Amino acid sequence: MSSTLTVPQAQAALDAWTREMIAWHFSPATGCDYWLSWAKEAGWNPLKEINCFADLMRFDHFDDEVLRKEQPERFVPKAYANRPYNIFETGGTTGMPKQRVGWDDYKVDYEEFSDHYGPDFFPKGTNWLMVGPTGPRRLRLAIEHLANYRGGSCYFVDLDPRWVKRLIAMGEGAMARKYQEHVIDQAATIIRHRNIQCIFTTPRLLENLAERMSLVQAGIKAVFAGGTTMTPQYVRFVVEEVLEGKINFAPTYGNTLMGLAISRKLKPEDKYSLTYYAPQPRATLRIVHPDRPNELMPYGEYGRVELTTMTREFFVPRFLERDEAIRRPPCDEFPWDGVGDVRPFQSLTKTIIEGVY
Amino acid sequence: MSETLHLPVLRFGRPYESLDRLRFNVDGQAIEVSLANSGLIRRDLKLIPEAVRRLQAIPSAKLADAMEKAADLFLTGNLPWGLGDRLQSPDDYVAVLSQLTGMPLSLGRLNMGKVHAAMANIRAVMAGLTRGMSFDLFDKGFIRQDGLDVNFFPQTDSLGVLLPSNSPGVNSLWLPALVMKIPVVLKPGREDPITPYRLVQAMIAAGFPAEAFGFYPTSHDGGDALLFGTGRAIAFGSDATVRKYAPYRHIQVHGSGRSKVLFGDDFADDWRKHLGVVVQSIASNGGRSCINASAVLISRHGAELADALAKELAAIVPRARTDPQAVLCGFANPAVARGINDRIDELLQTPGAEDVTARYRQGPRMIEAHGQTFLQPTLIACSDPTHPLANTEYMFPFASVLQVPQAEMIGTIGESLVVSAITHDRDWTIDLMTSTNIERLNIGPYPTNRVQWEQPHEGNLFEFLYRRRALQGDLVAAG
Repeated sequence: MSSTLTVPQAQAALDAWTREMIAWHFSPATGCDYWLSWAKEAGWNPLKEINCFADLMRFDHFDDEVLRKEQPERFVPKAYANRPYNIFETGGTTGMPKQRVGWDDYKVDYEEFSDHYGPDFFPKGTNWLMVGPTGPRRLRLAIEHLANYRGGSCYFVDLDPRWVKRLIAMGEGAMARKYQEHVIDQAATIIRHRNIQCIFTTPRLLENLAERMSLVQAGIKAVFAGGTTMTPQYVRFVVEEVLEGKINFAPTYGNTLMGLAISRKLKPEDKYSLTYYAPQPRATLRIVHPDRPNELMPYGEYGRVELTTMTREFFVPRFLERDEAIRRPPCDEFPWDGVGDVRPFQSLTKTIIEGVY
Repeated sequence: MSETLHLPVLRFGRPYESLDRLRFNVDGQAIEVSLANSGLIRRDLKLIPEAVRRLQAIPSAKLADAMEKAADLFLTGNLPWGLGDRLQSPDDYVAVLSQLTGMPLSLGRLNMGKVHAAMANIRAVMAGLTRGMSFDLFDKGFIRQDGLDVNFFPQTDSLGVLLPSNSPGVNSLWLPALVMKIPVVLKPGREDPITPYRLVQAMIAAGFPAEAFGFYPTSHDGGDALLFGTGRAIAFGSDATVRKYAPYRHIQVHGSGRSKVLFGDDFADDWRKHLGVVVQSIASNGGRSCINASAVLISRHGAELADALAKELAAIVPRARTDPQAVLCGFANPAVARGINDRIDELLQTPGAEDVTARYRQGPRMIEAHGQTFLQPTLIACSDPTHPLANTEYMFPFASVLQVPQAEMIGTIGESLVVSAITHDRDWTIDLMTSTNIERLNIGPYPTNRVQWEQPHEGNLFEFLYRRRALQGDLVAAG
């Protein structure tokens, strides 16, 4: 299912949503302690000064360190005060992880994702296998909800990325490989002994799994993958060889703060270059100049990814992600900007442990 | 400008054009190199049994014939220049090699000659590696030698090789594997993908099955896929590379050579007569090889030797890549030259070392000349064998001179790839031959880069790939 809006209509909807969310988060009856306290000391009033999405530039870039330092309770909107919440984590290889609270956002995001792909892409009523980071992550509940929403159940094989990263940082490459094999052993066993047709996993684990078996022969019909950089060559390799050109492939870009951005359908002229579209208006991605993040990059150029998340559950303005991407124009499926060929920020100049799981 | 040349990945017989590419511009000629992702390499390793079958189908002696033919094709032939119909002449090869690596044309041709010789002398090389065993060994698994049935079996079905870019000559090391019927999986160095590519093309044209070669320009991650996916592998690199792969028995790691020239007491007073040997050891091939000497030890006359060497080395000046007299290589990446130069200056701050070449050199150590960045030859006199510059190696003519009593030399040199011991002292020669820290030993006034085809270099490839098995009983079935 694609958006039915035109580009101007989508922009108008985003502006209207921005006003609604600012009213929600900065009204004492509905907002959370963290933002209400912030507003008292900000020296300006978002309720008066934010009238459209562009006005959000009034906010500084969100510092995600507060998600480590502050107690999660401070982010609970008054409107949700009586509902127990989920705590979702990100980071945490060393020290305190970043945490966010949540209730239904992940369900909304993944139902929208599901509806986008229709009934046949991930065959309805079939079972799923998730191979990847579960634990305190939003993704674990989200994938199970997705499977359930499509009428199936979900099996899980966990991989602890914090431990993998730590092993690599310690120079224990051999142990990291053994751990990865252990994860793949478990996944292969489930696929062989249970009726699985859909998989969620990371690209690297998908590769490893397909080195053990033909996923086509194993009866897999669709794969949903995300989590690390996928260059055009990598996507081509996955489509042509790992999935043997016969399994549906849904690459996504997402994280705990944003939710998930869906990739537009690949066309021959894309040459396997992926473009992701944020779940607007709940989350918006902009590609900004790395040194002057108030400026948008021109279309077709790399810049840093800036995320704004605005749901009733959570408000994150202008967070600079640790990723960079190419700014891409709206397309048939999504009437807003997309982000292409995402990779770690300044990955051409830094050594980054990525793609290890 | 002519059409872009594209060096594909070679997937055991299938050229593959990747969407990830390295791009070079060589005198207006655009060259692209396909880069393989690590998963692609891991998947391709499943093709190795077929590669083995293809090699097994050809008698080893015929493979040796093919290697000899490939030697000539490599040296003089017009061979496929990437995808398409374009052919690469020897001059094309040398010109591109020079542009990519900074190596003068003259040294490029010299290296081409070295690799050619390693191929043309494959029978001598094989005899050296196997100590004269017949090629039948690789066809039947056993031979009868001196009345004894001798059975060797392969310890791997493939050889992975992580190649460096510093000198094309290093490619001669993996070539015998093919005659031993072991397919190769190559990761070329970033700046020199064309030497292994030309070699593979020459060998295919000479009769080797294309399915026996994997050629994968790739990232570090891809390099790991190759090293950990093959049963035996060779990796060249820095000391950091050595540290990374040292724990793995199936990987033979070649780091810095730290090769040395030692003057015995019996030759110390005649050091001047052998100056040429020392200069050649330090500066041949632009000082780029691990077999170039990086330290010279003598028990007396250290200061005079250092001064005389410095004077000779300082006379080796940067020249244009096209100059037939050129010896020094420019740095393809000027930042690397800057890093080395800064490091040497920093270490010279530690007392006990003097850059003697500074007395004679024209201009600073690092200079821009002929459109390239050069490091001029550098000779350091060290009064302390533990000085950080006393036993180090850089990718240009660089060496230290140390005055050390002969009796202490073996204990001082540490791990050394090549040692040329200029001596006829019988007792000391025995000490050198029984020492554990020398990989290759020249006795007498011979430069460290001396090659004798019958002698293995950097470990014995045959012993690395094959292992002897006890064999007894009725060999009727084996014929």
